[in-house]
Amino acid sequence: MFDTDELVINMGPQHPATHGVLRVVLKLDGEKVVDADVVIGYLHRGIEKLSENRDWTQIVLLTDRMDYVAAATNNLGYCETVEKLMSLEVPRRARYIRTILAELQRLASHLVWLGSHAMDIGAVTVFLYGLRERELVLDLFEEYCGARLTYNAMRIGGLPLDIPSGWDKKVLAYCDIQDEKIAEYETLLTQNRIWLERTRKVGVIPGPEAVSIGLSGPPLRASGVRRDVRKDEPYAAYEEFDFDIPLGTNGDTYDRYLVRVEEFRQSTRIIRQAIEGLPEGPIVGKVPRLIKPPAGETYHANESPKGEIGYFIASDGRSTSPYRLRVRPPSFCNLQALRRLVKGHLVADVIALIGTIDIVLGEVDR
Amino acid sequence: MVDGHADKPARDPDSPPAPAAPGGPGAGSEPGKGSSPEPAPPGAPAPKPAPGPSAGARPAGAAAPRAEHKGAPAPPPGPPDPPPPADLPLPAWLQALKEALAGSIDQVSYWVGDWTVIVPAGKVAEAGRFLHDHEAGRFDFCSDVTAVDWPTRAQRFDLVYCLYSTRLHHRARMKVRVADGEAVPSVTGVWPSANWLEREVYDMFGVRFTGHPDLRRILMPDEWQGHPQRKDYPLEGPGELLMESPLDWLKLRQSADESSIK
Amino acid sequence: MIDLLVIPLIKIVFVLTGVLITVMYLVLLERKVQAWVQSRLGPMRVGPHGVLQPVADVLKLFVKEDITPVRVDVWVYTAAPIIVLVPALIAFAVIPFGGEVHLFGKTISLRIADINVGLLYITAVASIGVYGIILAGWSSNSKYPLLAGLRSSAQLISYEVAVTLTLVSVILTAGTLSMVGIVEAQAASRVWFAFVQPLALVIYVIAGLAETNRSPFDLPEAEQELVGGFHTEYSGMRFALFFLAEYTNMIIVSAVATTLFFGGWLRPFPNVAWLWWLDYVPSWIWFTVKTFLVLYLFLWIRATLPRYRYDQLMRIGWKVLIPLALANIVVTGIVKVLL
Repeated sequence: MFDTDELVINMGPQHPATHGVLRVVLKLDGEKVVDADVVIGYLHRGIEKLSENRDWTQIVLLTDRMDYVAAATNNLGYCETVEKLMSLEVPRRARYIRTILAELQRLASHLVWLGSHAMDIGAVTVFLYGLRERELVLDLFEEYCGARLTYNAMRIGGLPLDIPSGWDKKVLAYCDIQDEKIAEYETLLTQNRIWLERTRKVGVIPGPEAVSIGLSGPPLRASGVRRDVRKDEPYAAYEEFDFDIPLGTNGDTYDRYLVRVEEFRQSTRIIRQAIEGLPEGPIVGKVPRLIKPPAGETYHANESPKGEIGYFIASDGRSTSPYRLRVRPPSFCNLQALRRLVKGHLVADVIALIGTIDIVLGEVDR
Repeated sequence: MVDGHADKPARDPDSPPAPAAPGGPGAGSEPGKGSSPEPAPPGAPAPKPAPGPSAGARPAGAAAPRAEHKGAPAPPPGPPDPPPPADLPLPAWLQALKEALAGSIDQVSYWVGDWTVIVPAGKVAEAGRFLHDHEAGRFDFCSDVTAVDWPTRAQRFDLVYCLYSTRLHHRARMKVRVADGEAVPSVTGVWPSANWLEREVYDMFGVRFTGHPDLRRILMPDEWQGHPQRKDYPLEGPGELLMESPLDWLKLRQSADESSIK
Repeated sequence: MIDLLVIPLIKIVFVLTGVLITVMYLVLLERKVQAWVQSRLGPMRVGPHGVLQPVADVLKLFVKEDITPVRVDVWVYTAAPIIVLVPALIAFAVIPFGGEVHLFGKTISLRIADINVGLLYITAVASIGVYGIILAGWSSNSKYPLLAGLRSSAQLISYEVAVTLTLVSVILTAGTLSMVGIVEAQAASRVWFAFVQPLALVIYVIAGLAETNRSPFDLPEAEQELVGGFHTEYSGMRFALFFLAEYTNMIIVSAVATTLFFGGWLRPFPNVAWLWWLDYVPSWIWFTVKTFLVLYLFLWIRATLPRYRYDQLMRIGWKVLIPLALANIVVTGIVKVLL
């Protein structure tokens, strides 16, 4: 009797809640989403092709601009891949400091995630609180390398700079503040009935399906799969530290929230251990003046705050640029899952799901 | 087909159009063209621009692609793919794969701790399914699908599949050598995460995947001509060659009310 | 003659001016309160500590270009904001701002009119405002405002049932529909109805948040929603009228809450002897303070809580608040009969 049509709605690329230039074309049946087509590429800058024309050292600058919320992680992944290709050894002090920077970066990235995810669901205050703490992290980075967003903080073989005096005490002070504040954010959200209603049972994905659809990082761990590059294939100085991997059970948005909140605590735990055990020594290994890795290719993965960031680098052994630099962006692969996650949910949940996957468009599009 | 281009190999309509020199000062800017696979006439003796009927909207007066590195050395013929050292035992999954696919493995390689198996293009899905299911492999996580362009090789693309097992915590790499225009079976049936990854390979390199549920461009606009990450695609982009003017976009869409905008 | 015409006219002028200025400053207060909760300062530039910000906002809205989109239904499009604003303003006719004052030898009661069905009048007038929202969405001639307008109005009429049911409990307790009568009933029983009808108060506040489209029930007009709400196609002064209407509704809801539950213009603790000096505070100051406390609660909630999804919102209205309000009426009735 009634002939109902499906409504096609376009979200983005300019939209307050898509965290960047993302376009989602939704097919709706009333309020329920029947299908979604995720269109990306609005921020594609050709970083991979550019890298074929830059020196090995210059590319660290390019990697900053992919996941610009967690730039040091990208730098670290790239430098470690080249070091693997060249079989370079990085001194222990440099590895410790790299770990500290990477974990500080994880905290900064998760603060942005928490703020924007909560703001999309309506709790605007959490955004301001998260950014207030993020300012402290950015101040630490500014003191270390002079930049607040694009750090260029790693070099092949080590670090460009040693930590300034007093920096370690400031980092410890920040960790204390952060532990206090994460408890405060939890009082606002974790047991909040409205938060629970908006995030429980939204975007449920079971473990094996999460693995096969390519999720990594906190979304995968929230589905119960125990996979963390820091534990499985340790890099930097992670094998020397004692930390836990938070796991979820249901694989819904609430679990992804809990996993990331717990990662805050684990990160401060790692940072404290690293600062206390910081060894003396050089900060750069024995690196040749002209970096020319031997011909060959390799893939190396790091655990960025968003998931597994992998670099596949092919060197031809003769030129001063890589022959091929490929970045496996965690946000790109996690965003694939959005289509599967939104099916059957209401329109208002689409916003929550984009936030829970935690994407940065700079990384998705490169 | 067109003057001055008789010596070129047959072209894939998807790749950027043949370089044709404008009759003017722009032609002198390509000294270091040794790295390009197409022997474009550097001195631009052919004054007529190529109309190129097969490739979409291309305004007349195409500019030649500029050199990426002036005086860059010639690219190597291919990846080294060194064999494993003799005293290193093959991992269990690799041995099982050799037995199962009996003779259709082209090569096994080992470098800085990574094992790579090179299979022919037709066997990709089969090998992928084997690696996914077999108990010594259990590669349930497809980290990455990407490609490397070795333009001087007959099979110019090197498709790389980086795999990981979340159960057994080991990595593997599967490579496939593909010629320009050859289609490869898609592995989305084995690893659904390869969906967007293969779309990106298609977008950037032009490799087609048979059996892919939704093969279209992902990063570049849908109507884009050319595959940007090929080595013969200019770094600066096609320039005046293609769709720098919004009017060209409108004409391409051929939509009634839009293209009437002057 | 003077009593019949001049004094009411003066009162109307006072009330309208007062309400409009209050609404302007309520917008500023909201920005300030939200900013302070969020560890920042809010508007600071225009005037000392941003005090002249509302003046700047009003001037801006006055000089904005009056854009009417081409395909809208012009008469309805123009009428809709008026239909939303006017009922909100005329509801102030029965709100008692205070007791009685003696000025120029006359006894002037601080209310425009005291009709004996004051509460009924307010609910009736508030219902008219819903038409404006539907008409705004309809006349915009675009599917997104239409859908949003329908959702918004569905939310409003659902929660109006809950509000009206709580008002019934208060009417049962007070025995009269007149606003002044309810306050006098609280004075007579020496206890504010907030303590006699706590459940009704809670339901009223929650439903009042939903009635005024405030957080956590503001999904139909949240920016993060796909559509901009029913006022997508409105700009400039017409948009300002919607805005004004929303804040005026907030003040009405708070004023009614004050009158019904918090004793209106009565001073607190009338039984306590050593607080005799509170008698010297004028009644309208008590009324204003209490209304502002309720308004502050609204602002506080907005800064703190996330928002409900639309289906959850409707579920709460129909499956939680209305049954509770009905139960409250039954219990009130039983208690009244027994006592």
